[in-house]
Formats: sequence, C-alpha cells, structure tokens
Amino acid sequence: MSTVAPVFQGESPQSPPSYLKAGHTIKSWLLTGDHKRIAILYLIAVSVFFFFGSIAASMIRVELVSPRGVMLENDTYNKVFTAHGIIMIFFFLIPAIPAVLGNFLLPIMIGARDLAFPRLNLLSWYLYVAGGLCALLAMAFGGVDTGWTFYTPYSSMYSNTNVTLTIVGAFIAGFSSIATGINFIVTVHKMRAPGMTWFRLPLMVWGSYATSVIIVLGTPVVAITLLLVVMERVFHIGVFSPELGGDPVLFQHLFWFYSHPAVYIMILPAMGVINEVITCFTRKRIFGYHFIAFSSLAIAGLGFLVWGHHMFVSSQSMYQGMVFSLLSYLVAVPSAIKTFNWTATIYKGSVRFQTPFLYVLGFIGLFVVGGLTGLFLAAMSTDVHLTDTYFVVAHFHYVMVGGTIMGFLAGLHFWWPKFFGKMYPDNWGKLSALIIFIGFNLTFLPQFVLGYLGMPRRYHYYYFAPEFQFWHIASTAGASILAVGFLIPAVYLLWSLKYGPDAGPNPWGAKGLEWTIPSPPPTTNFVEIPVVREEPYAYDAEADEREERVPAETKR
Amino acid sequence: MSMKTEALQAAHGAEEQPLHHQFEELPQQNESYVVGMWVFLVTEIMFFGGMFLAYVLYRWRYSEAWFEAHTKLDIPLGTTNTVVLLTSSLTMALAVHFAQLRNKRLQLAMLGATIGLACVFLVIKAFEWSAKFQHGLVPGPNFTWEGLVPAPQAQLFYSLYFGMTGLHALHVIIGIVVIGVLALLTALDHPLVKNDFIPTELVGLYWHFVDIVGIFLFPLFYLIPK
Ligand code: HEM
Ligand SMILES: [Cu+2]
Repeated sequence: MSTVAPVFQGESPQSPPSYLKAGHTIKSWLLTGDHKRIAILYLIAVSVFFFFGSIAASMIRVELVSPRGVMLENDTYNKVFTAHGIIMIFFFLIPAIPAVLGNFLLPIMIGARDLAFPRLNLLSWYLYVAGGLCALLAMAFGGVDTGWTFYTPYSSMYSNTNVTLTIVGAFIAGFSSIATGINFIVTVHKMRAPGMTWFRLPLMVWGSYATSVIIVLGTPVVAITLLLVVMERVFHIGVFSPELGGDPVLFQHLFWFYSHPAVYIMILPAMGVINEVITCFTRKRIFGYHFIAFSSLAIAGLGFLVWGHHMFVSSQSMYQGMVFSLLSYLVAVPSAIKTFNWTATIYKGSVRFQTPFLYVLGFIGLFVVGGLTGLFLAAMSTDVHLTDTYFVVAHFHYVMVGGTIMGFLAGLHFWWPKFFGKMYPDNWGKLSALIIFIGFNLTFLPQFVLGYLGMPRRYHYYYFAPEFQFWHIASTAGASILAVGFLIPAVYLLWSLKYGPDAGPNPWGAKGLEWTIPSPPPTTNFVEIPVVREEPYAYDAEADEREERVPAETKR
Repeated sequence: MSMKTEALQAAHGAEEQPLHHQFEELPQQNESYVVGMWVFLVTEIMFFGGMFLAYVLYRWRYSEAWFEAHTKLDIPLGTTNTVVLLTSSLTMALAVHFAQLRNKRLQLAMLGATIGLACVFLVIKAFEWSAKFQHGLVPGPNFTWEGLVPAPQAQLFYSLYFGMTGLHALHVIIGIVVIGVLALLTALDHPLVKNDFIPTELVGLYWHFVDIVGIFLFPLFYLIPK
C-alpha cells in the first residue's frame, strides 16, 4: 500500500490492460468476478427488459386512442399493463442504477479493487436473469392479469393466469437485489481506501448505501409475502383469503411495507447520480454535503413508515390514515432538502450545458412535479377522489421516469467515457435529452388532467366520457416522441463504441477517484490503492480558468 | 495430517491464511465476511418477520380458536425437538472453536454431530406432521375440524403452523447441506476453507439463527396460554 497519493495514474506502457481486454471469450464474461464486467452484463440485460417494457407501454397508449379501445380485448389489456408494470419496476427501475452504475463505480469511488464479494455479485446477475426469464415465460405462455401489485384474493384464489410463475420470477429477482444490497453495505463499511472517511464519500456512495439498507430490510418482506400468495394459490394454505379465514388487507400492508420503500430504492440512486453530475458541470462544491448525505438516510428510514398512504380506501381505520398521511408529508422534507441543495449548487456556478447536465436539469424539473403531486395524494381528502385514477399514474411516472430514468441517463452519459473509453457526439446527446423532456411532458401532463377529471387507471375504454379522447391522443403523441428520444441515445451510444473519439481518463475535468484511473479502467482498478487527502467535489472554477482547463463552449 | 507435519507447523508457526484478491489485508477480509453474514441474517429476520406479523394479527383476532387449535399439538415431541436443536447449537459452537484451533479432526466430528442432530430434528418433525395428516389437520380441502370454534379460524392456525415450521424446516435442510459441504471441503483440504476458520464461523452464525427461530416457534405454537 502506498503512502503518497498518486495524483494521476495515467496510461503508461507498463500499465495493466483494461478490463474490456482482460479476456475475449464469452466464458471470460459469463464467469467473471469483475464488478465492471458484471455492470456491463447488467447494462445489457436491463436494456433488453426496458425494450420489452416499452413495447407493452406502446400497446397501452395505442389502445387508449379511441374511447372504445382500438385492438385489445379486456383480458389482453389487463395482461399488457401488468406486463408493463412488472417488467419496468422489478426488472428495470429497481436494478438499473444500483446494478449498472453502482456496480461499476462504487468500488472505484471508494478506492477498492472490487466489491467485497465478487462471486455473490455474479450470482446476483444470474438470479436477475433467471427471475426475468421466469416472468417473460409467464407472459409468453398466456400472461398475468393481476397488475404489478398482485392484490389478493384475486391473485391467490381467482385469477386463471400465470400468477405463480410470475411471482417466482419476482421472488428470484428479489434475492438478486438482496445480494447486491449486502455486497454494497459490506463494501462501504470495510473496503474504503485509507483516508476515505465517511464524510469524504461521494454522495453517490451515500445514496447507494441508503438504497442497500432499504433493500436489505424491505425486499425479504415482499419475498415472504409473495411466497404466501403462492402457497395460498397452490396448497390452499390460506393467510390472505377470507374464504380460508385470512384477511386480504394484511397482504396490502405487507406488500406496501416493501413497495413504498421500493420507490426509494428506485429514486435514491438516481439522486446520488445527480450530485456527481451537478458538481462537475457547475464546477462547484456541492451545497450542504452533510444534509444531502443524511437526508438519504432519513428517506430510507421514514420511507418505511408511510406505506399506509396506498391504503386510504382499503378499510384501514381513519386514524391510521391520518398518521400515515402526516408521515407521508414528513418524507417530502428530505426530498425537498436535496432539491434545494441542488438548486443552490447551480446558483452562481460556472455551468457547462453538456448532455449529462441537461438530464440533471430534466430530473430536477420533473422530480419536483412528481414529488409535489405525491403530496396531493398523501392528503386523505384529495386521495379519495384521485386514487385509482390517471392522476396516480401521472404522479408515479413523473417520479419514476422523470426521476429514475433521467438520473440513469444522466449517469450513463456522464460515465460512458469511463465505461468504454469512448466519447459520444454531444450534440446528439443534447438533442435527445430535449426530445425526451418534451415527449415526457406531453405524455404525462395530460394524464394529470385526465385523472383529475375522473379517468380510472387500468381501464382500456372510456366510452362513458368521450371528451377524454383529446387528452388521451395528446398523451399517445407524447409517447411516440418519447420513444424516438429513447432510440437516439441507443444508436449514438452504440455507434460511439466503434467510431467515437478516445475519451481519455478525465474528459469532463471531474473530481473523484474514478477519474484518476485510465478509461476503461484496468481489471484491478488501481495500480496502487490511493490515499485520499481531499474532500469530495473539490472543484475550483477559478483554478480551472487559470489553468485554461475550460473548454471553449463554457458559459459563465 | 501426520504427526510430523503437525510438529513442523507448530515449530514454524501456523500456515498463512489465504488472502483473496479484492482485499488488502486479512482482518479486513475476515471482518467483511462476518459483517456480510450478519447483514444476511438481518434479511432473514425480515423474511420470517412477515409471517410473525401474520401470526400476531390472527392470534390476537382469533385467540379463542387458536387456543383450541393448539391443544392438538404434541408438546412432548415439540419439547424434545427444542432440546435437540439447542444441543446442535452447542456442537456447532464447538466446531467453530476447533476450527479456530485448527484441530481438523474434532472440527469434523462436531460438524458431523450437528448434522446428526439436525436429522433427528427433521425425523421428529416428520412424525409430528404425518400425525396431523392422519387427523385431517392439514389446511386445504380436506381440513376437518370438530370443535366449538369456527373451522376457518382453526385452519388459519394450522396454515401458519405449517407455513412457519415448514419454512424453518427448509432452513434446517439448507443448513444440513451447507454444513455437509463445509465438512467435505474441510476433509479434502480444499483451498476455499484450508487454514481459514471464517467459513466455519459463518456457517455457525447461520445455524444459530436457525436455532433461534426454532426457539421462538416452540412457545408461540405449542404453549399458547388460555
Ligand atoms: C415526495 C414524496 C412522495 C409522496 C408523498 C408520494 C405519495 C404517494 C401516494 C399517496 C400514492 C398513492 C396514491 C393512490 O394510490 O391513491 C402514491 C403512489 C405511487 N407513488 Fe408516490 N409519493 C412520493 C414519491 C414517490 C417516488 C419518489 C416514487 C418512485 C420513484 C413514487 C412512486 C409511486 C408509485 C409507483 C405509486 C403507485 C403505486 C400503485 O398503486 O401502483 N412516489 N405516491
Ligand atoms: Cu408510497
């Protein structure tokens, strides 16, 4: 272990080969223990699932163009929105940022050679793929129609679709995220480089850590819950079905005990990404480091106390509802703290409007809308009107697409040169960020209106209210634009792998250990474990200027 | 290991414990595995926790029926099994102790004893369960209940009884497999476990957790007060 901090470990003739070149056989990928390779495997897998989920989404949007539906039967429509929800939530949103960006970056950011348990990491990928295949098989052979929430007793006693196989898929995928969570927690506790104190951790690490805590505490609960549903379905061991003596509301309590925190599993890593990108493109230290770090933990903790806001109309008592409503308001506080800190970071920063930063701006705008409409829903009196309408649909798409996917794309564009050593065309990046932002708003703003007017979610017709058609057509038009917006990055990112110019170790002039090593990094990340002597985000715009490290297009 | 090599080792100090590539030093490696195991056990607690919650809810709601239903359980067999389980915890703890001392022979003996006790536990459990089948106390279409309290409420007791003891038994079976693999690798001096007591310690932690769950299940199902 060295005692001096290597300022920059650039490429030199004797530097080890990059992780991409450390073996070319398929086997060297499928049996790898390298966190970077596993991240790439995850990137491929989640992209495939995102594609499938998007196909289902397009079918939903096409169906809703006409008040009487366009092409799908009732049953088929139920299966399509269920497929969309399950694929997007369990197989895209939950693993996307932790398992791709987190896997690749977390060990490097804290100055480690790998995660604590490389084999467990690989196992988690296989579990994820196995779970995903189960779910896809279930959908291919007849589908599931319960919705992603699997509410009992419909799922356990009545539905004649492939509920069991789908649940098995979700169950297995749950263990994949548990494996990742355990790995991250141990890695952050035990693998930090000398000098990497807790308060020198990049905020992305704090975000991933808080996420892992939620995963470890929440996922097992949904696992046992889904297992009980299967037992009830298969062996008539009744716990939830009133016919067998059980109580279906217990299912909802157990399910939302996980699934509300699960929304923070999706958003906290995205928030982590935002911190890294925003500091780099404003050339500023983050505003309120400690507040952001602790607000992640606060969200992780409080997130476990608000599940009842999904159950205001479930027969839970009014007093329970009041408590859950109040606590839901509290959880907005740490989210707001983060948002204020980000705006304060941008304020008077030397902003560079490059692709990753555009996604950050998109994130902030959309997340604010999504979070604030969450408060409408957390108020019992408004929720009674809005629950099970498109207002809820719009709310969660603003936080999940506007938050998680924007965060994912910001991170992907920020670290793409680190992943592969290649640069993508920035102008195409900016264009697609803009298209996604416009398309997204056109898709989901009308859904707030629809929900407010009373359009129920999960219906495939609205002949009782033909005046809704205008808003539905707007939404479908927006979805088409959104699809184009997602396709463009897929094309130019793949293009860049072959034709992109070399990125060099640090194309953005960013701080952080990952930028001190070559791109793509060597298998063991560091030649020598670095010693950290600096706070994170030690940006200094004036020094940049003095040393003329600022590219020409920089705006002040 | 022959007397000679043993003596040689004693003279030169013990052989080095292997260091895995992702770690910088041995204490870091050992602590990482132990912390990881504890975090895993936290997930296990949450996993069982969902069922314990269901138990609390229904026992509180149908306390009378549950008291009636529980009288059909076999307390002597349940008690015996608890003792068997506790003893297996002792043998497991001894296995860890001998692994630390690098006394392979006694370590293997203790691992074997643990497996043996775990099998005894499963056999007794199997007797208990098959008796329930004969008496029609297994939830499902064939559930028969003649008593004053409503059948669905009694059935719920047996649903959770089979659900929770079944899940526990599954953990015992997994434990037997894991301990078996560990014993095999140790006997073969496999590099994964050679000169390294941490694998034994991890398996031990898991086994103690399985025991603790068993110790909670016994009073919750067998000893319900009126
Ligand atoms: C600012 C804090 C937030 C509050 C107060 C909040 C509040 C709510 C409430 C009360 C509901 C239930 C509406 C109903 O069914 O009647 C809801 C639904 C939902 N929220 Fe949020 N939310 C917040 C943030 C988020 C975030 C960050 C995400 C995801 C990243 C999210 C995802 C969802 C989802 C997926 C649903 C719908 C679940 C379903 O029924 O299928 N929410 N939210
Ligand atoms: Cu919620």
